[in-house]
Amino acid sequence: MDVISEFFSEYDGLAAFRTTIYLTLLSAVLALLIGTVVAVMRVSPVRVLQLIGTAYVNIVRNTPLTLVIVFCNLGLFLQLGVSLANKDSNTFINDNNFRLAVLGLSVYHASFVAEAIRSGVNTVPLGQAEAARAIGLPFLKTLRYVVLPQAFRGAITPLGNVLIALTKNSTVASVIGVTEASAVMKVMIENRPDVLFVVFGIFAIGFVILTLPVGMLFTSMSKRLAVKR
Amino acid sequence: MRQRIIAALGIAGLAATGLVACGDDSGSGSGSGGGEKITIGIKYDQPGIGLKEGTNYTGMDVDVAKYVAKELGYSEDNITFKESPSAQRETLLANGQVKMIFASYSITDARKEKVSFAGPYLTAGQDLLVKADNTDITGPDALNGKKLCSVTGSTSAQKVKDKFAKTVQLQEYDGYSKCVEALGAGAVDALTTDNTILAGYASQAANQGKFKVVGKTFSTERYGVGLKKGDTETCTKVNDALKKMVDSGEWQKAFDKNLGPSGLKLDAATNPPKTFDACA
Amino acid sequence: MSGSVLFDAPGPRSKRLYAAVGVASIVALFLALWFVIDRFNEKGQLTAAKWKPFLTGEIWTAYLLPGLAGTLTAAAISVVLAMIVGVLLGVGRLSAAVWIRWPCSVIVEFFRAVPVLLMMLFTFALYAHYEVFPPEQYALAAVVTALTLYNGAVVAELVRSGVFSLPKGQREAALAIGLTGGKTMRLVLLPQAITAMLPAIVGQLVVILKDTALGYIITYEELLRKAEQIGNFKVNLLPALIVVGAIFVIVNYLLGLLANRVETMMRRRGRSAGGPLTADPIDQTGGAGLTGVTTGADDTSDTGS
Repeated sequence: MDVISEFFSEYDGLAAFRTTIYLTLLSAVLALLIGTVVAVMRVSPVRVLQLIGTAYVNIVRNTPLTLVIVFCNLGLFLQLGVSLANKDSNTFINDNNFRLAVLGLSVYHASFVAEAIRSGVNTVPLGQAEAARAIGLPFLKTLRYVVLPQAFRGAITPLGNVLIALTKNSTVASVIGVTEASAVMKVMIENRPDVLFVVFGIFAIGFVILTLPVGMLFTSMSKRLAVKR
Repeated sequence: MRQRIIAALGIAGLAATGLVACGDDSGSGSGSGGGEKITIGIKYDQPGIGLKEGTNYTGMDVDVAKYVAKELGYSEDNITFKESPSAQRETLLANGQVKMIFASYSITDARKEKVSFAGPYLTAGQDLLVKADNTDITGPDALNGKKLCSVTGSTSAQKVKDKFAKTVQLQEYDGYSKCVEALGAGAVDALTTDNTILAGYASQAANQGKFKVVGKTFSTERYGVGLKKGDTETCTKVNDALKKMVDSGEWQKAFDKNLGPSGLKLDAATNPPKTFDACA
Repeated sequence: MSGSVLFDAPGPRSKRLYAAVGVASIVALFLALWFVIDRFNEKGQLTAAKWKPFLTGEIWTAYLLPGLAGTLTAAAISVVLAMIVGVLLGVGRLSAAVWIRWPCSVIVEFFRAVPVLLMMLFTFALYAHYEVFPPEQYALAAVVTALTLYNGAVVAELVRSGVFSLPKGQREAALAIGLTGGKTMRLVLLPQAITAMLPAIVGQLVVILKDTALGYIITYEELLRKAEQIGNFKVNLLPALIVVGAIFVIVNYLLGLLANRVETMMRRRGRSAGGPLTADPIDQTGGAGLTGVTTGADDTSDTGS
């Protein structure tokens, strides 16, 4: 099985999976931030913000991820001139593409995060919000101290699903030249079509290893963190 | 209840088959002419070489392909063109998805292990495309510290990095059109691939005056006709057809029509081709 | 409409504050939009030459409509096959026999874990290597296979949660009147579970439709690939991608509305003992919900998994 040693030496498959993991983790944090903001906008008392939040979710969620990431490179970077790395660095292209991919993945998954949090907000009983208002908390404080902490805990399962989807969707970053797992697999398949099953097996197992523990972790977390009612 | 579900599935199924029918007739067209059909692989995204323009196909590769197919006994109505991206040419031939490939396909020993070649029908060379006002990029060795664009899996970008400019930064996309966008926007300094392809982009109406081919080739690319491994019978026929095309002056006509306007000068010693590789 | 329970009815000061925030965000939005348009204009992306082709019939008949047909074909075949595969796997996972339950569980978990793009690259190479389908159909077959296996696994989970969401009495009653385990599943539980799943399945269609776009990486002739070709023909790649993006948003938004419609229709009818499942949480169709969320008051009682 020389192809397995090739995976580690010649193709540096571990580095590719490391890129996949970095893409996933950074995007997850950013998506959680953006998604929370969008979710708050959608439940806010300002009508304009509600509309913007709704439009964001409906547009981004209905666009293929491939397009979102291509727009980040061709639109945001090439046309709008927004670059996310030091232009004089001698690794500018790799850094910039990686960060643009993180941005694209975050923007896309933020719409799902927003929906997950909204569904989490739905699990919070009416009385909680009413009580918060009764003691005089304004909107943002009601959200911050009463509703959102419970909503996040209620949204653990859908948030876990988004994280798993994000891990797998990070493969799309290859379209703007980020060397993550799928890009390396593509090259390996082209060079070694004779051992197709082994190559696919290596990468598939890699993703099973990445996603299965996340699923189990979130399942146990959703049970442990469930708000007792 | 059950009946309703079955009905729902049935409707979904009908919708699916209806759509399949729609999809199909756009592809093969009305094959009423009779005679044997042939599928030929070309590029869809290389102006001047192989380009899909609405329902037509234009370019040097296309004209050579049409001539050869005619000599092999296929009328123009019976040719189906199929897109053959670089990374998939070997696979497309190996599984019979296409019979021949005319897609700026360089003859190399590594590729000969997987496919057979007829030709060459044109000899190009890897070169650089830069903005028209650029003066500091005079050749591949001037690319240190610069940004170079090419398509995923391209040999020319790797060659520049390995042999001429170790500190060049590579941007890889899945198509040249994105590279041209990046070059136009100033995000990369140069685009590398065969000079024929570069000339094709530089001479597109909307790009005229924007870009120039540097004109310092750093490789020899002998464009061959890709065939299924071991198909010597077709190979011999294709070589005969190519010879006839050159002798009759049709080759020069096709070149002038497709790549002439860009002012591209090919190596006169090898173009138009005088000899062809033996079919093996 | 009494509004949200998250905030009080605004007094004069709050009203002024809300108005100020509203105006500020509109201004910010317009500034961003102006920035984009200005830059696009500066870079020559807004010229007539780049946009006019989309008003000609040729671009639509030779590129966009065939591309849309390619996208819809792959999506339609995939959703039908995914339903079949999903129901089989879902029922398999609920089977009493260990030797059926276990393999089905492993298959479902595996295909849920593997990225669709990886699956597409693999099946495309596989079909090419072993010449399984007619040559012209490799790309379509690979797209459909990858989407079917992944979405089949998702549907299997929907079936499972659909059956679980049914009241216990349904199963007990069926067994009590002497139906076998298989018949209970086939005649009583599954029909109700599938009916309850319908909105979720229409929602899944949006996911499938978007994922067909990955097919362009293996040269499947769908909308994105066509945008690329238009870009080479008319030298207007970015406008072509924007138009294609708009087509995707419109088609998917309509599908989302349809999913909501199906859901409300079924809730009103209430034929299933377990109430309809909403679309999968990640892919839930928020649709026309502009009214803001009413905490806890809204239903979404049986959100799957």
